[in-house]
Amino acid sequence: MKRIVTATVINQSGVLNRITGLMTKRQFNIESITVGHTETEGVSKMTFVVNVDGDGKIEQLIKQLNKQIDVLKVSDITDQAIVVRELALIKVISNAQIRSEISGIIEPFRASIIDVSRESITVQVTGDSEKIEAIIDLLRPYGIKEMVRTGITAFPRGSQKSVTDIKQFSILN
Amino acid sequence: MRAKAKPEAEAITTEMTGAEVLIHSLKKENVEVLFGYPGGAVLPIYDALYRSPIKHILSKHEQGSIHAAEGYARVSGKPGVVIATSGPGATNLVTGITDAMMDSLPLVIFTGQVASTVIGTDAFQEADIMGITAPITKHNYQVRDVQDLPRIIKEAFHIASTGRPGPVLVDIPKDVANKTISPDYDSTIHLPGYQPTFSPNILQIKKLADAVGQAKKPVILAGAGILHANAGKELLTFTEKNKIPVVNTLLGLGSYPGQHPLFLGMGGMHGTYTANMALYECDLLISIGARFDDRLTGNLAHFAKNAVVAHIDVDPAEIGKNVPTQIPIVSDAREALRKLVDVDSETPDTEEWRSQLTENSKNYPLWKKTNTDEFLPQQVVELVHEYTKGDAIITTDVGQHQMWAAQYYAFTDANRWVTSGGLGTMGFGFPAAVGAQLAFPDQTVVALTGDGGFQMTLQELSTLQELNLPVKVVIMNNHTLGMVRQWQEAFYEKRYSHSLLPVQPDFVKLGEAYGIKSYKVTTQEEARGVFEEAFSHRDPVLIDCRVSGKENVYPMIAPGKGLHQMIGVKP
Ligand SMILES: Cc1ncc(C[n+]2csc(CCOP(=O)(O)OP(=O)(O)O)c2C)c(N)n1
Ligand SMILES: [Mg+2]
Repeated sequence: MKRIVTATVINQSGVLNRITGLMTKRQFNIESITVGHTETEGVSKMTFVVNVDGDGKIEQLIKQLNKQIDVLKVSDITDQAIVVRELALIKVISNAQIRSEISGIIEPFRASIIDVSRESITVQVTGDSEKIEAIIDLLRPYGIKEMVRTGITAFPRGSQKSVTDIKQFSILN
Repeated sequence: MRAKAKPEAEAITTEMTGAEVLIHSLKKENVEVLFGYPGGAVLPIYDALYRSPIKHILSKHEQGSIHAAEGYARVSGKPGVVIATSGPGATNLVTGITDAMMDSLPLVIFTGQVASTVIGTDAFQEADIMGITAPITKHNYQVRDVQDLPRIIKEAFHIASTGRPGPVLVDIPKDVANKTISPDYDSTIHLPGYQPTFSPNILQIKKLADAVGQAKKPVILAGAGILHANAGKELLTFTEKNKIPVVNTLLGLGSYPGQHPLFLGMGGMHGTYTANMALYECDLLISIGARFDDRLTGNLAHFAKNAVVAHIDVDPAEIGKNVPTQIPIVSDAREALRKLVDVDSETPDTEEWRSQLTENSKNYPLWKKTNTDEFLPQQVVELVHEYTKGDAIITTDVGQHQMWAAQYYAFTDANRWVTSGGLGTMGFGFPAAVGAQLAFPDQTVVALTGDGGFQMTLQELSTLQELNLPVKVVIMNNHTLGMVRQWQEAFYEKRYSHSLLPVQPDFVKLGEAYGIKSYKVTTQEEARGVFEEAFSHRDPVLIDCRVSGKENVYPMIAPGKGLHQMIGVKP
């Protein structure tokens, strides 16, 4: 099963190496990792998406991460009300004629075209992973030349009462 | 800044180099002895050491330094401190660091590093020791700014010796060691991500106490955590109060008196029948400071399958890792045992269970050949026990002799047993004895080693010679890589691929080359004579015991089998 785990870490050199190293050693499959600064200087936050077999494994992962001296806090936020975002850049083969067709497709996703050349356009989209998957599916028939995804970053919502993510796009539901 | 500094404090606040700061910090940590080997990147440190009263033991290989530090740490409970140069010096430590990590030994390791300006350029003797040691250290540091050095050293000692102990490495670039500063020793430890739990949750303790009261077949699995926490006395009190039998792990030996009626022996692959059947049949298993290594549990499907499992450990990550646990208790072992004894609870009726176990011990004790003229390896251990009155510090290497030592020495006291458990490192035993002897100069220290493993680190004979350390090196020489041979006999149809050692050095001449009194013995009688002499004085001795090369360690749980499927139980 897929779990979203966040780790708040002290921004020391080597901390990323220690964390990815322990995941490799203990055979956790990392689907994505993002790292970046937080509101506190010297403190970074990592978001992992990991594929694990069961509750025992995820518990072990959290405990192992917690054991690292530079790790301040680890949470499995999968089952919480969270805000999740990922960014993807998708270069789609497109000439002038179908450019507007593509514009039409991506519009409900609030995606934008951020680069245009004679043979292609680059689409930028942000959202949760399902949304990104959906737009990729729709663009694939045109021919995807190149694509990069950042992996997700996430944290719990301000209020834990609203359990459902309010989707910002319509065509998926 | 202090207004009126005392003379001592004055000295501290004057300018000094990074290397001098290091030496000064070691003094502040009450370090008595360093195990090390010099080289280019640590020249500034060795220069500072030249003017310092701290004792430095020059091993003959960095592996010798680190295993000695491990031996020192194991018996003294204090961190072993190691210094090595960059590149090859540092990489020569890797096996020992891993060994210490696996067996939770507190070490603080200082490695030299090439100058900051050339790090990352594949400079002469540069190795990415931070990357190499990340997975085998509890924590590691590279000192980028010499001002951080006093704090980092404080933190390194703190991390190494608290919670679950382990090795911490501090990598010091040469320019950092050379740089002159006014050090600030008052800088405090700042480790917000490191707060090991010490005291147990009292509700969990009550839950365990209730489970104890209801148990019919309780057993305690006592591991090295008891030794690290200095909890032997508390374990004895708790078990005697509740009449609960005790099994030791390999590394836990000595945490419970070997001759105690409640003691069932060691569990696991070469444990006693009684210990393993107790773990198999129990209805309550209380594991304390043990980590359910696969060599202990055998096939997990058959391990304590009818038992409620309680697990007391300082390291929460060990709880539930291999064995599902109903009563998890994150705590220092001594704290937990104290609280357990204090809780008002029923004591279980274990009489029937104990008599069943006693019956097992009577019918299926450890056994060896009788009616033979051969000099048996087990006899060597028994003789060592006899001539040291069971009171020596015993270090071992890895292999058959290690298992026989574990089975036959019957340790009565804590911190007398030094062996490489988790990593199973050949070459460990002899240098570990050097370190143990330095920790306790007046104790009898015996290095029980194999003819194979001894040859991996025998260069340390030179260290014995130099320091005239009274270590007794007892080689259990079966002319084979015995444990490998045993597995080849059992599982590879006696195809002894590269496990027989018919050609050997003359160990007696070898010992004598280092100026060490050396003997060869081929029978029990000969051995008696030599042991009598060897254990009567305070000089180093080497004894090459030519034992039978055909003995196997029994009983045994074959790989993949359960605890109840022991082979080679007394016929
Ligand atoms: C560094 C290392 N290499 C290889 C092994 C595998 N191994 C385990 S026991 C053993 C044989 C040890 O032979 P010896 O030291 O003579 O001890 P014996 O088993 O004969 O008592 C070997 C090769 C090991 N444990 N460590
Ligand atoms: Mg041998």
